[in-house]
Amino acid sequence: MAITRIIIPRLILLLFVVLGVAVITFTISHLIPGDPARMIAGDRASAETLENVRRNLGLDRPVVEQFTIYIGNLLNGDLGTSLRTGRPVAADIRTFLPATLELGTIALFIAICLGVPLGVLSAVYKDGPIDQLARTVSVCGISMPVFWFGLILIYVFYAKFQVLPGSGRLAMGIVPPERITGFLLIDSLLQGRFDAFRSATYHIVLPGFVLAFANMGVITRQIRASMLDVLQEDYIRTARASGLRKGMIIFNYALRNALIPSITLLGLALGDLLYGAVLTETIFAWPGMGTYVVTSIQTLDFPAIMGFTIVASIGYVLINLMVDLAYMVADPQIREV
Amino acid sequence: MSAVMPTEPAAATAVTRRAKPLSERLRYLWYLGRRSPLTLLGVAIILMVMVMIVAAPWIAPYNPDKVSLTARLLPPSSAHWFGTDEVGRDLFSRVIFGARASCGAAFMIVLISTTVGVLIGCFSGVVGGRVDTAIMRLMDVVLALPALVLAMALAAALGPSLFNSMLAVAIVRIPAYVRLARGQTLSLREQVFVKAARTYGASSFYILRWHILPNAMSPIIVQATLDLGGVVLIAAALSFIGLGAQPPTAEWGALVSSGRSYMLDQWWYATFPGLAILITATGCNLVGDGIRDMLDPRLRGR
Repeated sequence: MAITRIIIPRLILLLFVVLGVAVITFTISHLIPGDPARMIAGDRASAETLENVRRNLGLDRPVVEQFTIYIGNLLNGDLGTSLRTGRPVAADIRTFLPATLELGTIALFIAICLGVPLGVLSAVYKDGPIDQLARTVSVCGISMPVFWFGLILIYVFYAKFQVLPGSGRLAMGIVPPERITGFLLIDSLLQGRFDAFRSATYHIVLPGFVLAFANMGVITRQIRASMLDVLQEDYIRTARASGLRKGMIIFNYALRNALIPSITLLGLALGDLLYGAVLTETIFAWPGMGTYVVTSIQTLDFPAIMGFTIVASIGYVLINLMVDLAYMVADPQIREV
Repeated sequence: MSAVMPTEPAAATAVTRRAKPLSERLRYLWYLGRRSPLTLLGVAIILMVMVMIVAAPWIAPYNPDKVSLTARLLPPSSAHWFGTDEVGRDLFSRVIFGARASCGAAFMIVLISTTVGVLIGCFSGVVGGRVDTAIMRLMDVVLALPALVLAMALAAALGPSLFNSMLAVAIVRIPAYVRLARGQTLSLREQVFVKAARTYGASSFYILRWHILPNAMSPIIVQATLDLGGVVLIAAALSFIGLGAQPPTAEWGALVSSGRSYMLDQWWYATFPGLAILITATGCNLVGDGIRDMLDPRLRGR
């Protein structure tokens, strides 16, 4: 099968990528200026305590052996213990991950819902006022410093007009729904907690839009470019000559084909989304992975930073693999090769 | 990231182009630019920022580091166009001087990653064989990772400073250039003029230096220009989360970061430095797009 011929090298690459991340994070953890044992034991620890900590961490053993231990721990899902929270990093990540996923999903949804139609309109009415507007919006989106945009929106919608909340996931005083999926929007609905659902919806609007805006620019651009390509094809001219309605040509003929190259873009957009989430969460005090990692950076909590890096990288690679598979399913031409 | 690959190297035209007088080339650029007012806007923005960088001491009305405790957190006025910060420094002057740190960092990042990337890429392409395979697989691994997350981890490990964050971003940007330069090298290696040079007994180094590098440069320069806008944002973002330039330094990201706590009452503090980032990044992106469109004849008619 052709598909297996494409998937197997990707899986091999995936293995190397995971190993590569482990090597990188391991190296970085050993690059840190200063003594990790000293950082854990504190400045006033005695030489004996230091020695104990060092032995417990395996720091007295040769580097290769340390790396084997490190990999072994990783395979067991042990990412070490956070210096700041004192809890296992894996447990911390499990706590904070759903909030980030929820924000990211909403943002991607907004970006697609706004970006695709804008891109289509922009291509169909090329060089017209809509096109100019769409291009300006997308250049702005790509050039927008996410952290600043968030601040401005908080100022306008929270401080000035007081229509939307500016931080957190729920209003104060609302008891969070019991955790089932960790997605507040879903959990609150499942438990019939409409007060929590409304509050969660209000809270996700601003961060969701901020995070969506940059990706919207990329999506609009991509859709516009591939629509312009497709609209020049002979079959579009044939369809037009046959007297098909314009809407039918655009959506059933052109857009379906223009979407295919855009699928790969989705995988790349996730990298931006991940990074944008770190900044957006910081601005909106969103209790997710981004806030967690930025706080960890500010307190030099290396096990937490490296844990985040590993989880984010593996997730990113896996999602890209899935995106590529989706691409193959969507495009029969690739499947046949 | 879309790399622009001209289908045929510009070797033949390069010779004739070099012979043209400068005025004629400028006129051609003007002709292309006139068709795209947005590109001209981008060029204007970049020129403005360049003037800010070079002439900061003459443009800025105040010393950007001069503390004046009687003039704390003043709103924008004719004396202080962008207002003042929490210790009474003039924000307009700080934004002007901030261009040096912010744009300088972005420029250095692109310069380091292109130089190193092109060297590795050309080397890999010329040497070929197992070395080439090893280098490219390594680059695949790095490219498969979320670059900015990696840069954050790296910058955190190196310790927060403007230089370290620059280095971290530059490192994760290298693989893209390696790939681009290698692709160029491989296609140029098969060109007749390179084969001819080899027949005449030119050394690998000579061919690399005088035939491959000059012809491989144009798509790389396009890519670098396109990257510049993104890099301005990343450098500012790293400073914002505390990994780049540290607070007393006048750097746009750091300024937004310190202005953040005053946002609700003193909106001007974070607003103007952020606006500077937005405008600069827009300028870079517009010019990058313009150059790409100019070099890609397929897009020119659009």
